[in-house]
Amino acid sequence: MASYLIRRLLIGIPVLLGVTVINFFIINLAPGSPADLYLSPTATPEDVARTEAELGLNQPIFVQYVRWLTQLLHGDLGVSFQNREPVAQLIGDRIGPTLLLMGTSLVVAYLIAIPIGIFAARRKNTAADYSVVGASFLGISVPHFFLGLAVIYLFALQFGWFPTGGMLTLGRGGGFVDRVEHLVLPVTVLATAIAANMVRYVRSSMIDAFGQDYIRTARAKGLGGFTITNKHALRNALIPVVTVIGVDLSALIGGAIVTEQIFQWPGIGLLTIQSIGSRDYSVLMGINLIAAIAVFAANLLTDVAYAVVDPRVAYA
Amino acid sequence: MTITKPSEEQAAPSTPDEQREPLLRVRNLKRYYPIRKGVIARTVGHVRAVDDVSFDVYPGETLGIVGESGCGKSTTGRAIVRLETPTAGSVIFDGTDIAELSTARMRRLRTDLQMVFQDPYSSLNPQIRIGDLLAEPLIAHHRLDRSGAHAKAAEMLKIVGLPAAYLNRYPHELSGGQRQRVGIARALMLEPKLIVCDEPVSALDVSIQAQVLNLLKDLQGEFGLTYVFISHGLGAIKYISDRIVVMYLGKVMETATTAEIFARPRHPYTEILLDAYPEPNPHLRDRERIIVEGDVPDPAKPPPGCVFHTRCPYAQEICKTDVPPLTTGVHQVACHFPLAIEKLATEKAVS
Amino acid sequence: MTVTVKSDTPVETPDSVTAALGRERSSAGLVVKRFLRHRMAVAGLVIVVLMVLIAICAPLLAPHDPNRIFDSFEAAPSADHLLGTDAVGRDVLSRLIYGSRVSMSVGVGAVAVYVVIGVLLGLLAGYYGRWVDLVIMRITDVFMSFPYFMVILILVSVLGPSLLTIIAVIGVLAWPMIGRLVRGSVLSIKQSDYVQAAVTLGYSTPRILFRHILPNALSPIIVNATFGVAQAIILESGLSFLGMGVRPPAASWGNMLSEAQSITVLSSQPWIWIPPGLMILFAVLAINFVGDGLRDSMASR
Repeated sequence: MASYLIRRLLIGIPVLLGVTVINFFIINLAPGSPADLYLSPTATPEDVARTEAELGLNQPIFVQYVRWLTQLLHGDLGVSFQNREPVAQLIGDRIGPTLLLMGTSLVVAYLIAIPIGIFAARRKNTAADYSVVGASFLGISVPHFFLGLAVIYLFALQFGWFPTGGMLTLGRGGGFVDRVEHLVLPVTVLATAIAANMVRYVRSSMIDAFGQDYIRTARAKGLGGFTITNKHALRNALIPVVTVIGVDLSALIGGAIVTEQIFQWPGIGLLTIQSIGSRDYSVLMGINLIAAIAVFAANLLTDVAYAVVDPRVAYA
Repeated sequence: MTITKPSEEQAAPSTPDEQREPLLRVRNLKRYYPIRKGVIARTVGHVRAVDDVSFDVYPGETLGIVGESGCGKSTTGRAIVRLETPTAGSVIFDGTDIAELSTARMRRLRTDLQMVFQDPYSSLNPQIRIGDLLAEPLIAHHRLDRSGAHAKAAEMLKIVGLPAAYLNRYPHELSGGQRQRVGIARALMLEPKLIVCDEPVSALDVSIQAQVLNLLKDLQGEFGLTYVFISHGLGAIKYISDRIVVMYLGKVMETATTAEIFARPRHPYTEILLDAYPEPNPHLRDRERIIVEGDVPDPAKPPPGCVFHTRCPYAQEICKTDVPPLTTGVHQVACHFPLAIEKLATEKAVS
Repeated sequence: MTVTVKSDTPVETPDSVTAALGRERSSAGLVVKRFLRHRMAVAGLVIVVLMVLIAICAPLLAPHDPNRIFDSFEAAPSADHLLGTDAVGRDVLSRLIYGSRVSMSVGVGAVAVYVVIGVLLGLLAGYYGRWVDLVIMRITDVFMSFPYFMVILILVSVLGPSLLTIIAVIGVLAWPMIGRLVRGSVLSIKQSDYVQAAVTLGYSTPRILFRHILPNALSPIIVNATFGVAQAIILESGLSFLGMGVRPPAASWGNMLSEAQSITVLSSQPWIWIPPGLMILFAVLAINFVGDGLRDSMASR
C-alpha cells in the first residue's frame, strides 16, 4: 500500500507539470500583447517594445514559461494586468465565499441524497422509487442558470422570501441570519445537481448491498430492517459514494461559476467572469492553475481512497 | 530400443525420419515473466514459464505436448506462433528464426503458421458472421477478392463438415463443437504448413471431442498438415500424436514416439502421468498405483537440480543439486536415473 | 480445392448454444427490444427526433425571420407573436426554433470530435501498452485535472466566442473520459482469443483495431457519447448565457436566457426566458433518458 501511494504521488509530478504547461499555453493563445494592457491606447510601438522587454515578453516562450514556473514555485502567481494587485491576494480574498458556497452545498446535498437514496433503494421499483429516480433525472438535466433564474423569480421576486443575490445586505451588518438568507438560494441551485447525481449512486449501491450475501445472512439471523440498513448495508454502500466527490469537484467548480454569476456571489467564479470581461489573463491563469491543482488533488485522493477501500487496486 | 522404419508404417509421416529436415526446430526456448515489486517496479524475480525447451517437429507429423496445467506447454505453443516473444532461444520455422523477425516480415510468415485455440466461444469474434470470419484472411492478405474469398469460405465450411447455411450465422448461433470446426476452418484458409492446436478439444463435451479429433486427423491427411497438439489429456494426445513431448514446470522431461512413451516411459514423471491415466483395458487395471506426494512447486521458485525431485519417488542426492540434461536421440529423457526399459516390461508380463 | 472429408463427422445440434449466449455482447436486435421496453427512453427518443426535425426544418416552421426587428419590443404573447418579442423586438418563437440548430449542432459536433480523439488515443494506449500507454494516460490525467467548465470558458474567451470555437474547444478538451473507457475495453478485449487469432492470421494493426477490437468496445462509447451530447448542450447554453458562446444576433437558447439577467425581464417578461429554459431542460432530459435506456439495454450483465 505504501509503495502504491508513493508511486501514485510520483506519477503526479509529470501530470502537475503538464497542467502548468497547458495552463501557460492557453493564456499565450490570447491575441495581442499583455503589454497593451499596461499602456494607454496612444502608446507608440517603441513604448510597447520597451514594456515588453521590461516584462520579459520578448524572450522565447520557453524562457518565459520557465521564469513563470520558477516564480510559481516561490508562491508567486504574478500580478493582475488590470489593477496590479498580486493574483494570489485576489484569489485569497475570493476563495472564502466560494468554499462557503461549495462546502454548504455539498453538505446539504449529502444530507438530502443519502436518506432519499436509501429510501428509494428500500422501495425499489415502487411508485416512490420511480418518483425519486425521475426527480434525480430532472435535477441532473436542469442547467444551473435556468434553475437559478427560476428560484430567483419565485422565491425572491414573487414571494420575497430571500434576497436576489449578494452575500450580505449592506448596512444591515451582515448578521448570521442575514448571511444564511443569502446562502439559501445559491445553495439550492448548486446542491440540486450534486444531490440529483448522488441519489442515483446511493440508490444503486444500496440496491447492490441489499443483494449481497452478508445482508441476506443478517436477515436470516433475524435482524430488523433498520439494523440491516444502518449497520451492514450502509457502511459498504457509502464507500463508492464517498469516492465520487473527487470526480465531481470539476463539475462543482463549473456549477459554482454560473451560480456565482447569477447570484452575484463574490467568489472565485465571479472573479473569473469579471477577469474574462476585462481580459485579465494573469488572473485567469492563476485561477485556472489553482482550480486544476484542486481537481488534481481530489482525483488523487479518490484513487487513494479506492485503493484503501479495495486493496486489489494497489496491485493492479 | 528399436525404431520402426518408415517403410513398415502405412502413414509415412507418423514416424520421425532422421534424414528429413524438421519443419520446426525449437532450441533452448525460454519465456520468463518478470515479477515486479516496489515503488519503481523493480524486477525481483522471474516466473519461468518455459525454461530451456528444445524439440523438433517433422513435416506431416503430429507432435503432442502434454503436461499438467502450468507446465508451460501453452506458452511454448504461443511462442511458436509468436504470440509470446521468447526471452531467449530460437524458434526456427522452415529455416527462419521467427523469434528475431520484424513484425512486418513475421506478418507475412504467419500465413504458414496457424493456431487453433482452446475456447471456441472466445476465439471467434462475436460481431462477425461465419462467412466473413472465414473470408477475411484471404481478403486481408490480398489472396482473393471478396466474392472469391467467400466462395472459398463456403468450400472450407463444407470440408469441416458444416452446412453452407452457417455462412450467414453469427458465432453465438453455433454450438461449441461447431464453433471449433469454424476455428479449424479459419486456420486452414491460408493453407498453412503448421498448425498449433492449443487444447482444441478440452473445452468441448466428451462426446464431441472425438469428432473434432477425427476431423483434425482427416484434414492432416488431405492437406499434408503438420500439427503441434497441446493437451493435458493423455487420451487425446495418444489418439492423435505421432510423437510426444512431456513437460513439467517449464522443462522437457521426455520425448519419444507415442508408442514408446506409452509402452516404455523412461522418466518417473511420465510414469506417474500414465499411471493417472485410466487404463482402457480392464485386464490390465490391477497394476500397483504410484502415489505422488506434494504439489507442483511455484514456477517463480523452481527447485534446484531436477525440477521434479521434490515429488519423485526415486529421487537421490544428486537430483537435488544437478540438473539432468536431456539426452539426444529418438527417445530423449532428462533424468539422472531413467527407468529401466525392462522394469515395466517385466511388470506387464507379470500381470 | 475439391477435398471432402471421408469420415462421417456429424454435426451436433446447436441446442446447447443458447445457454452460452451470455458471454457475448447482445446482438443489435436484442438491444432494440430491450430499449423499446424502457418507456422513458422511448419518450426521450421521440422528443430528440422531434427536436432534430425542428432544427432541420427551422426555416419552414418559424413564423418570422429570427433576426427581424419588429416595432413592438418586449411585447407579451399575441396572435402575431405567439411567444411575444424580446428586448430588441425579435420574435421569440422564431428565435426558439432557430436556437435548436445551435444546440443540436454543438451537441452532435462537439461529441463527434471528442469521440474520435478519445477512441483513437484509447485504442493506441490500450493496444500498444508500455510507454505509449504511459504517455497517453498521463496526458489524460493532465486534461482531467482541469475543471472543464472553467477551462472551456477561458479558452473560448481567449479564442473568441463562436459556434465553431465552442465545438472545437469542447471537442479538444472532453475526450479523456472516452479515452479511458476505450483503453479499458481494449485492455480486456486484446487478451481475448479472437484478437489473438487475428494476430496469428497476420492481420494488420489497423484491421485488428478497427474491425476486431473497436466494434466490441462500442456499447460503453455509445452510452457515454449520448450523455455527452446532453452535457455539450448544457455547456453551450451556459457559455452563451455568460456571453461567451453564440452571440446575438444569432439565436441560441442560452443567449436568449441571458436577457433574464435583468430583473425587469426576469420578473415581468417571463415569455422571454422561460421558453428557452424549458427547451434546454426538455432536450437535455430527453437525451439523458435515451442514454439511460441505452445503458440498460446494452448492459452485458
